[in-house]
Amino acid sequence: MKKPRILVLRAAGTNCDLETADACTQAGGAPERVHIDLIRAGRARLMDYDILVLPGGYSYGDDLGAGRILANQLKLHIKELRNFVRLGRPVLGISNGFQALVKTGLLPVAHASEQTAGFTANDSGLFEARWVHLRLNTQSSCLFFKGLPEMIELPVAHGEGKLVLRSPRQLEDLKKNKSIAMQYVSDDGKLAGYPANPNGSVFNIAALSNPEGNCLGLMPHPERYISKFQHPNWTRQTFVKAGVGLELFRNAVDYCRG
Amino acid sequence: MPPPAQKNRAPAALDAAELAAVQAHFRTLRREPTPAELETLARAWSEPCRSRTFAGPVRFNDGRKTRRFKNLLDETIVKASRRLNRAWCLSTFQDGAGIVAFGPKWALAFKVEAHSHSCAIEPHGGAETGVGGVIRDVIAAGLGARPVLNTDHLCVAPPDYAGPLPDTVRHPRRILGSVVSGVRDYGNRMGIPTAAGGLWFDDAYRLNPLVFCGTVGLLPAWAVRKEAKAGDLIAAAGGRTGRDGLRRTPGAGPDGNDASAVQVGHALNGKRLLDALLAARDRKLFRAVTACGAGGFAAAVAALAGGRGARISLEKAPLKAPDLAPLEIWLSESQERLLFAVPPRGLDAFAQACAAEGCETAVLGEFTDTGRLVVTHAGTPVVDLDLGFLSRGLPRAEKAAVWTAPKPAGAKAPAREKGLDQILTEGLAHLNVCSREWVIRQYDHEVQGGTVVKPLQGSRHDGPGDACVIWPHAATGDSDDFQGFAVGHGLNPAYGRLDPYRMALACADEALRNLLCVGADVSRAALLGNFCWADPDDPEQLGALVRAAEGCRDAALGLGVPFISCQEILRNQSADASGKTLAIPGTLLVSALAPVADVRKSLTMDIKGPGNALYLVGSTAEELGGSLFHQICGRCFGCAAPAADPRAAAAMFKGVQAALAKGLALSAHDLSDGGLGVAAAEMCFTGGFGAALDLDKVPRRSAIYSDAVLLFSESASRILLEVAPDREAALLKALRGLPAKRVGATMANPVLKVAGLDGRVVMESALSTLKSAWQDALPGRLG
Repeated sequence: MKKPRILVLRAAGTNCDLETADACTQAGGAPERVHIDLIRAGRARLMDYDILVLPGGYSYGDDLGAGRILANQLKLHIKELRNFVRLGRPVLGISNGFQALVKTGLLPVAHASEQTAGFTANDSGLFEARWVHLRLNTQSSCLFFKGLPEMIELPVAHGEGKLVLRSPRQLEDLKKNKSIAMQYVSDDGKLAGYPANPNGSVFNIAALSNPEGNCLGLMPHPERYISKFQHPNWTRQTFVKAGVGLELFRNAVDYCRG
Repeated sequence: MPPPAQKNRAPAALDAAELAAVQAHFRTLRREPTPAELETLARAWSEPCRSRTFAGPVRFNDGRKTRRFKNLLDETIVKASRRLNRAWCLSTFQDGAGIVAFGPKWALAFKVEAHSHSCAIEPHGGAETGVGGVIRDVIAAGLGARPVLNTDHLCVAPPDYAGPLPDTVRHPRRILGSVVSGVRDYGNRMGIPTAAGGLWFDDAYRLNPLVFCGTVGLLPAWAVRKEAKAGDLIAAAGGRTGRDGLRRTPGAGPDGNDASAVQVGHALNGKRLLDALLAARDRKLFRAVTACGAGGFAAAVAALAGGRGARISLEKAPLKAPDLAPLEIWLSESQERLLFAVPPRGLDAFAQACAAEGCETAVLGEFTDTGRLVVTHAGTPVVDLDLGFLSRGLPRAEKAAVWTAPKPAGAKAPAREKGLDQILTEGLAHLNVCSREWVIRQYDHEVQGGTVVKPLQGSRHDGPGDACVIWPHAATGDSDDFQGFAVGHGLNPAYGRLDPYRMALACADEALRNLLCVGADVSRAALLGNFCWADPDDPEQLGALVRAAEGCRDAALGLGVPFISCQEILRNQSADASGKTLAIPGTLLVSALAPVADVRKSLTMDIKGPGNALYLVGSTAEELGGSLFHQICGRCFGCAAPAADPRAAAAMFKGVQAALAKGLALSAHDLSDGGLGVAAAEMCFTGGFGAALDLDKVPRRSAIYSDAVLLFSESASRILLEVAPDREAALLKALRGLPAKRVGATMANPVLKVAGLDGRVVMESALSTLKSAWQDALPGRLG
């Protein structure tokens, strides 16, 4: 069967593109790491791809805020992006890619043309690299979650990952739309403060998806858990299985294969 | 800042003998040197560009006889490493980074660089340029390597230091915080996991903190060799040249207090440069590459030219400000610049490959075969130097070194009587032992997804791992290849205060022990040595350095493990608040790199379950000099630093490695600061299981009558293993002939219980108490 073509979009400062492409390959996709300048120059076309992945890193050094310049580039120069999402093709934004998707306004509601949420510095004031427990929203229509358990573990690594919303009202809307895709929880599955919630995000939000479920942005790094040997406790727990992060990529690939 | 060109005088960095050599050389040419020529020579001959002391002649007197070295480094460490003649060492003691083979298809480049005074004046910037500099050196190793690991070791004064400080120096707490954020901001942005390193606290580092930044890079085996050819174009790529790089190279001059000190690092440009370099490398678009570090274009061009020759037109360099003087362009140390030798017909492709990553390039000139370095600016001659004189003209004055062995201090009664549990708790809370989680979590230690053994281990991911294991699958692009590598360190200036020779042996031993504990192949290890010392013109200081170098030599020969690169930073001393000179303790960092045949067989140090046996491998002696015990209880018992026996250690490492490869142990942890007590406590609270130890069972070399000595002695070459009951017989068989004994067992009850020599329980501590002492110490003292 033909492998879905996956665009792993790079920009200056992107640094998780290799391992993200690796995850795509292992999930059965055909990833290509493409620099955004090539698309701007018309030498590659977004619409030729089945899946778009925005990997983590420090796009443009995060010099104007995490993902801000990348978001502007996407908004101003990749006009097809909105169409790509509207057509229902899977879009996955990881960490910096998530921040960029929110800043383009594509998340949490894909049809908003303005940014409706934002990110700010972690409550700890520090960069936080740690593994977290996540609870997936089982009500969500997110195509990336098919067959996943309700509780998973993934690593986060960011300094500016605290999601903030405009109003309490917006939070209610997000809940109603099933847009809250993942929440940081303690190991027994309860909403908890630092360090379970590594950045202090509102309502412990770790990931957002659009109501249609084809566009997912998350702060944790699924591409860093595609093998059991990446789990911090693989030397002690016999029950650590193959990396759950890989399932997110596999679901997107399977979705494209129909 | 006035550009140095306007000062019409000889550079301060040239001493009288050097000026005389320059004078003699130019007399044969029948002309005066230009200011730019003098500066070029001064930079090229300065301590950071050239190991003047370490690779220079030394007359060493150890109190019994006098020995002469023509080249200290060559005749000790390099000679020993050459004698070992390991085939997997592909490039050693040249080109900045050492390169070793990594399987048939790949090679690893490893370099560690120390930075000092710049980090006292401008800690964040100093650390950033430190990380950036070593990354660029590794990027430019061979024909270009992809960085896959950063290491970071800091030596600073305690963060709650309360004594006086001179106005120009920041408080240790600020230095620590800013250095960590500098390493974080550069390393994280480059997408390189910073997963190995350490902290050492000592008051004497308050004026001259040390920052050791290291990088491991992965390169294809075909890309190890490089050579520029005459006719190749000299292309600069990356950041532009500006005044930001015009501070004096540290150590290049006697004045170190230039407060406008540090270049500006820019990680984003560094990342662009890396992406461009690797794209061009894989298309084989250039023949050689080198980083522009200390000495700027001047040093980089000379390094790439080798003995050939080069012609440079400075007006072609892209500038940050249009009004830079030619000399400023030539010597600026602006960051994020690489210099390439590009064959002329490949130039367009090279420029395009760089432009695709947003990286600027410019052709500055070409390599020639004249043996001369000819630099012009818009037609005006700036420099015309014989490259032979530049590289070999430095007059080498013999330096005097003496070593006086410290008088053996007799055993004294303990200064303070403390219970064993109190000593252990205080030891775990000691700054040189306590948890480094505050630092580690700020570094993205898992980017690239290859950190298979993480710096923080155990059931709650918060215990102290011995070393990290990296599985560079993202860089190799082959997830079915489970070959990886591990990096470990050894550093203990407290031993060095007593005997730098023993410090060197202990550091090499510890670095390898760390590797052994995670399952690396230590017989294939390679070592790096970084020496940070005070004034080399002081015979005692230099004598201590000679002792350390001899220690490294004997460690390499005894352990059968070669050094692949060494670096020294000297003159780490400054005037303190009262005007007295404060020197750092002679500090040696030994970093070890070894392959891990199959990362899926790596080990961690946390106790895995109750009912397992604890085996101590390696014998204990009464060796408490410089130990954690002495720092807590005052000096008592024997005061000599631990004496490692590298040959015995090699045999023991071989046995343990074979046992671990057979999967006979569940966990392994090395005994270092705080000896058996600290090691056992760390294993227990990291795994969440208790243990009972019997001190009477501890294997020892000599009669020891004290529980405290058995529990806290820091004898080298010892490892604690956790072994499942059904594997004990096989383990003992594998370790036959080695000092290995069952010293206890693990249990579900979360306490550490120790039975003394008389069979009674002499200590029982709750793991929760021990762990919180260990965890709360650093955050508490950071305030």
